[in-house]
Amino acid sequence: MANLQNKIVRAAKSIFLVDLFQGLWVTFRNQNPKYIYTEQYPAERPKVAERYRGAPRLNINPDNGETLCIACNLCALACPETLIVVSSERNEVTKRKELGNFTYDTSRCMFCGLCEDACPVDALELTQDFEMATYTREGQIWDRQMLEEGPKPTQYKC
Amino acid sequence: MADITFLDSTELVLNMGPQHPSTHGVLRVILKLDGEKVLGTECIIGYLHRGVEKIAEHRTYAQFNPYVDRMDYVAAVSNGLGYCLAVEKLLNIEAPPRAQAVRVILTELNRIASHLLWLGTHALDIGAITPVFYCLREREEALKIFEKYCGARLTTHAFRIGGLLYETYDGFEQDIRDFCNMFIPKVDEYEELLTNNRIWVGRLKNVGILSADECKEYGVTGPVLRAAGVKWDLRKAQPYSGYEKYEFEIPTRETGDTYDRYLVRMEEMRQSVRIMRQAVEAIPQGPIMGKVGKVIKPAIGEAYVSIEAPKGELGYYVVSDGSTQPYRCRVRPPSFVNLQALDRMIRGGLIADVVAVIGTLDIVLGEVDR
Repeated sequence: MANLQNKIVRAAKSIFLVDLFQGLWVTFRNQNPKYIYTEQYPAERPKVAERYRGAPRLNINPDNGETLCIACNLCALACPETLIVVSSERNEVTKRKELGNFTYDTSRCMFCGLCEDACPVDALELTQDFEMATYTREGQIWDRQMLEEGPKPTQYKC
Repeated sequence: MADITFLDSTELVLNMGPQHPSTHGVLRVILKLDGEKVLGTECIIGYLHRGVEKIAEHRTYAQFNPYVDRMDYVAAVSNGLGYCLAVEKLLNIEAPPRAQAVRVILTELNRIASHLLWLGTHALDIGAITPVFYCLREREEALKIFEKYCGARLTTHAFRIGGLLYETYDGFEQDIRDFCNMFIPKVDEYEELLTNNRIWVGRLKNVGILSADECKEYGVTGPVLRAAGVKWDLRKAQPYSGYEKYEFEIPTRETGDTYDRYLVRMEEMRQSVRIMRQAVEAIPQGPIMGKVGKVIKPAIGEAYVSIEAPKGELGYYVVSDGSTQPYRCRVRPPSFVNLQALDRMIRGGLIADVVAVIGTLDIVLGEVDR
């Protein structure tokens, strides 16, 4: 008896396309505007997380404008892709090692964050800037000036 | 003259891929067809080979950690966990309890994210376009938690050898709870869309059957094995990272067809939420990093650790020669092994089923080719 009833229910469901309307009801419910997730990117810029690992930056001391980097070369040693090159020179007056140039090849970088972990003075940092596209490959290799200033992407307003 | 023309040929050899969108990457399948029937297949892999295992021999243990994320890039956290556990076994240390709990939460969250991407693309291959939008919408919430926790969405590099680098952020527990509460109704919604849908059932039922014995012969693991009725889950069989503390079921089915694999994965997502709920209520206090030196230099030896990744058994075999770099790092990827069963599953089937079977195996070509 129950078997027959099941069969009838199944036949009725199949004739009246219950399964299809069930799915359509789900899509209809999701029409609600509060479920819209589209980001209007160039106009509305996304807020990335605080810990986001984006463009590298070489921090400078805000008080005197000098670099925090002590040219210890630990970031270059920590980098799996060996894309950081630090050059230093000895200052004859103070007898201290000072940072010369600092190049960072962002085209090979995978933003693993090992360099910022290795930095003993928090000079090298991966920041929240994520717009790093350039028109040339040479533009992807950042020198010390670029690393200190950070990228300046064009911002659009709509 | 015999009136044989090219139209009389009964067998047709067809190349599917490597640019075919339904092969989920750069897989090339050479199909031998008789009309719509598949007589045989041959898989050509290696289009995404990057030599990850060789790279490991030229990097220190810590430096190789970000590379493992790039194998199964859909489940980067699971890959990281497997590698970290293998090196920790080599060093004979264990991550502190707090680190283990956070690891479990993030790995389960990654399992959900991986299954969601599978469900969306699988349904898209079959012809149901709607689920992919919903799945990616919910996956976005999981990726946001990854971004907040460790600063990257996909290739996370979340774990370090010996524990964690990052302490949980403020509101981490609440984010996980919100995700769990939000997610369970969404799974019901996907099931409402697909489970009883006659097109979905018609395309998946009795397609690509792989019995339990055949699964064992091919070494197939993960949801494919469980759908054939084998209750085998490494989280239960050989618990790692404190999985023995959590209560959860191993979902299994009997037939081992594509529809069963779909149901197993749906249930697995619910079980992952269950684990996350238990873990987030009991995150112990304490340190997050074990006693690991700045320079990781294990003693001479070897270690093999396998974990239950979203796609199956993921194993890492690391050999140390006493230096700072691994002598050999061999990966046992679940996708590569599962892919070997493809020929058995679609031989004798229809060409339309090839897409369904590749989808249901849930392969990631980054992991197949390494």
